[in-house]
Amino acid sequence: MKAVITVTGKDTVGIIADVSAVCANRGANIREITQNVLGEYFAMIMIAELDGLKIPFADFVDELAALGRTRGLDIHTMHEDIFNTMHHI
Amino acid sequence: MLNTQDILETINMIREENLDIRTITMGISLFDCVSEDEARLCDKIYDKITRRAEHLVSVGQGIEKEYGVPIVNKRVSVTPVSLIGGSLSPDGYLKIAHTLQRAARTLGINFIGGFSALVHKGYTAGARNLISVIPQALAETETVCSSVNVATTKAGINMDAVAQMGHVIKQCAELTADKDSIGAAKLVVFANVPEDNPFMAGAFHGVGEPDSVINVGVSGPGVVASAIKRAGDCDLSELADVIKKTAFKITRVGQLVAKEAASRLDTPFGIVDLSLAPTPAIGDSVAHILEGMGLESCGAHGTTAALAMLNDAVKKGGVMASSHVGGLSGAFIPVSEDAGMIAAVERGALTIEKLEAMTAVCSVGLDMIAIPGDTPDAVISGIIADEISIGVANTKTTAVRLIPAIGKGVGDSVEFGGLLGYAPIIRLNPYSPEKFIGRGGRIPAPIHSLKN
Repeated sequence: MKAVITVTGKDTVGIIADVSAVCANRGANIREITQNVLGEYFAMIMIAELDGLKIPFADFVDELAALGRTRGLDIHTMHEDIFNTMHHI
Repeated sequence: MLNTQDILETINMIREENLDIRTITMGISLFDCVSEDEARLCDKIYDKITRRAEHLVSVGQGIEKEYGVPIVNKRVSVTPVSLIGGSLSPDGYLKIAHTLQRAARTLGINFIGGFSALVHKGYTAGARNLISVIPQALAETETVCSSVNVATTKAGINMDAVAQMGHVIKQCAELTADKDSIGAAKLVVFANVPEDNPFMAGAFHGVGEPDSVINVGVSGPGVVASAIKRAGDCDLSELADVIKKTAFKITRVGQLVAKEAASRLDTPFGIVDLSLAPTPAIGDSVAHILEGMGLESCGAHGTTAALAMLNDAVKKGGVMASSHVGGLSGAFIPVSEDAGMIAAVERGALTIEKLEAMTAVCSVGLDMIAIPGDTPDAVISGIIADEISIGVANTKTTAVRLIPAIGKGVGDSVEFGGLLGYAPIIRLNPYSPEKFIGRGGRIPAPIHSLKN
């Protein structure tokens, strides 16, 4: 399964590095990154393959959300199926 | 293949437009709990509900976390209690209500529905005893919800029951007068009640249902309102298409959650209820959708037409998105639970007569309407009779959930908090239907030819 990780907030040094580090540590393989900075606002959508995930998905969601809180970012991790069912017949 | 725009649209719906799953409701049959012994019956009911729905809340929370979509309520509905209580005394029925409350507490759910009776053609002893303790049961419990079906299109209207329910609603309000009469907010009077409705207070687990089942109610007035706003000054054909497409997307999320919950709980998937269920939160209002369609205020002339179109488009979009659709499925217009409806009543634009007309084209009825506390029982019965006859004549579900606000009158308001919201007290017609209601008997089933 894949997850969609969205990261938004004030742009600072090392956001991609920090999010990627959590993914690497937990065995999530990053497949795609779309990222933009508008003024000081950082926005990223990351799609990660979770077949090798070493911890339960719910814990992975919590860990990324916690990282977001410590860095003043909004990080949401969602199962890809919610997007697939909504936008594909 | 996911594209950025789709991802952003979904995330925006959830975070900015209040898209949520309103409820995952597990229906549980209590027929195998039947026992002549009152204590044994209660024990079996408690055991069955807490065993079947043991993981309901945790599974709901798990799905919520994984898919990132809020699941606001996890609830249980049971077989109408009048059908399994048999010859119990009124006191015995009261004990079942307390048993349901105890089970709901153990599970951590916020409502349990099914303290119900079906009396559309007449009363059984069980139905009579159950109805007699509804006010006490709703006053002494917090989570138990009750409903009474007083009419069907095939049976006609049981006017003895309509007369009685006017009195019962008033008693419910009186026994909870210190809590803004909230007892009455947990009681619904129905015509053509559906057997698979996941929404409270009217949910119960019908007799034709399997042993247990998962039904899901979606929400999303905010998403529809935003889509209409984005559509700009298009004509109504185009607007209907916009609503259909939006309803499709909302319902797909409901279908996904329903299938996932059913599989994780090892329980059959029942239906997705397509209702647009508002909440008192800003941006989650059905009235604001109608106003977005071009009405100065909900309640203005044109409201019924706008609502009819909205309701139809929501169904057309939703039906294709789900393998099984059921329950109430339509736009809800509960006054206290919808910021736009509250505002429309307060500015004098929305009256009970207009609300009644609106219920002819949408689900589900006169819902969460606060009326003066000194309203005579017969007037409440008159309101019920009118609303129920709309359902019977049009072969649709209609319902009444009125809150006589004891000690208060027009100009005051009642505050329930949470999803139930607050309601300004609405003005009623001052003339009496007492003699008509007092006649009792049954209004015969309507003819289904010579339609005009």
